[in-house]
Amino acid sequence: MSKLRRWGPGLVLAAVGLVLLLGGLGAGGASVVYTKAINLCLECVGIG
Amino acid sequence: MGNVIHALGQRARLLVQLGWTALSNGYVQGFLGGKIWRGDSKSLCVPGLNCYSCPGALGACPLGSLQVALATHSGRAVAYVLGFLILIGAVIGRGVCGWLCPFGLVQDLLHKIPFPKKWRKLPGDRVLKWVKYLLLAGFVVLLPLFAVDAFGQGTTWFCKYVCPSGTLLAGWPLAAVNESLRGALGWLFTWKSAILVVLILLSIPVYRPFCRYLCPLGALYGLFNPVSLVRIRVVEDRCVSCGACQSACGLDVPVWQTPNSPECIRCGACFSACPHGALSLSPRKRVHSEKQKYR
Repeated sequence: MSKLRRWGPGLVLAAVGLVLLLGGLGAGGASVVYTKAINLCLECVGIG
Repeated sequence: MGNVIHALGQRARLLVQLGWTALSNGYVQGFLGGKIWRGDSKSLCVPGLNCYSCPGALGACPLGSLQVALATHSGRAVAYVLGFLILIGAVIGRGVCGWLCPFGLVQDLLHKIPFPKKWRKLPGDRVLKWVKYLLLAGFVVLLPLFAVDAFGQGTTWFCKYVCPSGTLLAGWPLAAVNESLRGALGWLFTWKSAILVVLILLSIPVYRPFCRYLCPLGALYGLFNPVSLVRIRVVEDRCVSCGACQSACGLDVPVWQTPNSPECIRCGACFSACPHGALSLSPRKRVHSEKQKYR
């Protein structure tokens, strides 16, 4: 199996993931996650 | 790397699981005071199913974060969380489940409890293992995205109605310490606690029932198993199809046939079990005329 065929899909997906991750971070996506994560999640604890 | 795993065995995996769980849930004061960590690290996703309302959690659950991103229709948050999941999946696939998930660790420890006869799988296993994909599509993606209220906001359906990790790591510890929270609990808490209790009891005779049948995060990571950079390789010249790997696999994966099955959590138990050293982890140098197959 050629190296490209063996590693290509994984590398492409990793690159796509990295681009999305960095793009989302750059656009402030982490702040949405942060806002939710620092407040008690009533759904998670079973209050709704 | 495969040889390292072979040498250290399952003990190393347990140490990594314990260490990572302690590291990512290190806010001990939260457990004592019934509060959650509010530091900057909460903006960072952790790889496994780790509720961000766990009193000790220092990071954010990627599955909960994905649901929030979809429910609030935030493209930038979707990009961030989805990018994180794709990156992790593309590198190690479902190895997160085997090495970095706190709820996976809980199930591993429960399965060590002696039981008269351990079950290889539940009846209806072939159908049940598709339920996690339905939960992924329905409860994690579609419902948060489309089942919105009058203000156009959705909710985190999987977290709210199913997630046993949230109940165990967040609901139960907070309810135990926080009196005002206890007073607000109702049928939803009872329902989720029932799910958790069933899974706890099932984890004793059956290996990782939640991971096998219900975990949407595992379902998602598993999709990357066939193409991830870290993959299991079967050296054909050495494999005699004895099935020792499948016998050793807690999830009953026929590793010798499908080494990168979406069901495999990459725990490495098969490496230790193979009497002919026919399994390895990529990357590895090709040796002489050795034929290798990824399948």
